[in-house]
Amino acid sequence: MAQKKKLLQGNEACVEGALYAGCKFYAGYPITPSTEIAEGLSVRLPKVGGKFIQMEDEIASIAAAIGGSVAGLKSLTATSGPGFSLKQECLGYACIAEIPLVIVNVMRGGPSTGYPTGPSQADIMQAKWGTHGDHPVIAVTPSYVQEILSETVRAFNLAEKFRTPVIVLYDEIIGHMREPITIPVPGELEVIDREKVTCEADEYFPYDERYEIAPLAPFGSGYRFHVTGLNHKKDGFPTNDSKQIDANNRRIMRKIENHKEEIWKNEETFLDDAEVVVFTLGSTARSARFAVNKAREEGIKAGLLRPLTIWPFPDKAITELSKRVKAIIVPEMNLGQMTLEVERCSKKADVVGIHRVDGEPITPAQILDAIKKHK
Amino acid sequence: MSTAAPEKKEKVVQPFDYDKYLRPNKLPHIWCPGCGHGIVLKALLRAIDKTGLPKDNIVMVSGIGCSSRTPGYVDFNTMHTLHGRAMAFATGIKFARPDLKVIVVTGDGDALAIGGNHFIHACRRNIDMTVLVYTNATYGMTGGQYSPTSPIGSTATTSRYGNIEPPFDTCEMAKASGASFVARGTAYHTIELERTIYDALMHKGMSVVDIIDACPTYFGRMNKYKSATQMMEILEKDNTVNIKQADKLPPEKLQGKMLRGVLHKVDRPEYCDQYEEHVIKKATSKE
Repeated sequence: MAQKKKLLQGNEACVEGALYAGCKFYAGYPITPSTEIAEGLSVRLPKVGGKFIQMEDEIASIAAAIGGSVAGLKSLTATSGPGFSLKQECLGYACIAEIPLVIVNVMRGGPSTGYPTGPSQADIMQAKWGTHGDHPVIAVTPSYVQEILSETVRAFNLAEKFRTPVIVLYDEIIGHMREPITIPVPGELEVIDREKVTCEADEYFPYDERYEIAPLAPFGSGYRFHVTGLNHKKDGFPTNDSKQIDANNRRIMRKIENHKEEIWKNEETFLDDAEVVVFTLGSTARSARFAVNKAREEGIKAGLLRPLTIWPFPDKAITELSKRVKAIIVPEMNLGQMTLEVERCSKKADVVGIHRVDGEPITPAQILDAIKKHK
Repeated sequence: MSTAAPEKKEKVVQPFDYDKYLRPNKLPHIWCPGCGHGIVLKALLRAIDKTGLPKDNIVMVSGIGCSSRTPGYVDFNTMHTLHGRAMAFATGIKFARPDLKVIVVTGDGDALAIGGNHFIHACRRNIDMTVLVYTNATYGMTGGQYSPTSPIGSTATTSRYGNIEPPFDTCEMAKASGASFVARGTAYHTIELERTIYDALMHKGMSVVDIIDACPTYFGRMNKYKSATQMMEILEKDNTVNIKQADKLPPEKLQGKMLRGVLHKVDRPEYCDQYEEHVIKKATSKE
């Protein structure tokens, strides 16, 4: 099968990625600037026998998507900041109950209703800490329309492999930007499906601590088990035993922590000899790339570290880098959410934030100025 | 004890084997002495047994609250979800796997307050699931606050001066929202409840059963009821009339009483069927 070239908007590429990954269930609620994902899947999912439902609200959407996943289908919900706030309750449920799920958050200006048609990158901390309690989080951060497709596929893979919700986090700019992209042919990108349960029914435990991540049997497959948002034992039933609560809380964190190397994905540009490095993601990384190239043309040793996984935070890469560069510049469309994290990880280098919350993108000129100032 | 056994022929009734559907190692349950939830559960299990459905094909979903602990005790595919969200989770499961029988167990606070929006929309879609609303007019698990079905003037830990909020009529709301089967039962009328739940389970579409069920621990104590049995007699027996008897009674005898039995039953297109017949068919047709 030949590759297909298409001129697509970021949100449309997300639809292509979801279908490529084998998504068969979408539940959502209309919200700018992510609605095109729902619109696209409402047309495309039924063509492949998949299920699309527009629920009564954001909470119901993620709840239904979790239900779809428990019933065995790869499930997706998409939203923007205000909807992502509403989804936090169920996001925590999916974390503790260890239900695979992909949540797309196309970031718009906040707080609250904020700036619905304007971009932001202000949900980085909400993605990590929006739901209460300690919990693991994986968030992927594409910068290009092509990458929205491939990162959506990767998000499904990570969700299924680690039995956890995965957030695809990108800003309105790339959500609505159109770029020519290539639709991958089957087999071109890796697609991970849910591990099948093969043991006897009476030997099945959905949270079996003999595994770091026990396989999840779909409801109606002959393995009758219990799912709850309460702290639970290996059989899924609630417990008040402090040792078991501690063990389970630590295990769900560990299953991500222990596999950070595998989950992390960074793009490194000119880092070998760089003295000033820009660390940024999403559409801002596009401005940064332009600025870094300009700086190189002017003989400045600038580089770019672009994380495609923002959670778990790429602390190791930043710590190592900070030992050999003068400054790390962190442009972001918020008031310093990533900058604080970079400061935490930086051992020697100066950390310089560039922040913008006016609904306008950070320009290459802004970043180039900062590079020159800190070279 | 020397008296000879009477010679009349007795019909041999096999006791119902509840253990077939329970998870015995998860018992005892958390419900208080005098709570009707266990009676409702037994009626539900007998009704399920009558349907002949295999346990592997039954999914029970609940929210948060005393009644929502039910799924933990029964040997089906069970999911204890978030406060108010049971019907939204259940919608996802049913839509993904329409071949499964989905039963939602919820309380009046869970279904009608925090979950009110999910309740009316599940009814509107007429998605095939059976929703049992255990109505005890209180938030039992948090210690007895007033609920959306608490009567005006009743006392709760959050209505010490008497409740000023009018209660919902669960059945009227379900009917108005589009549920195609609406019924009411009580924990007192246990055989009738079993039949009502059976009818609900056999109905295709959204079936709602409002089950009047007393909470002696909180509602009872705060509202000066003497005992659990007295509560059942007043709230469940004297305060309700079966719809079939209601026709024969003069209006003054029906004053202030709630109707029991199947109150509303219509054939209406079911959501998953509609999706299959209209959406999938049109999306996959060559034209």
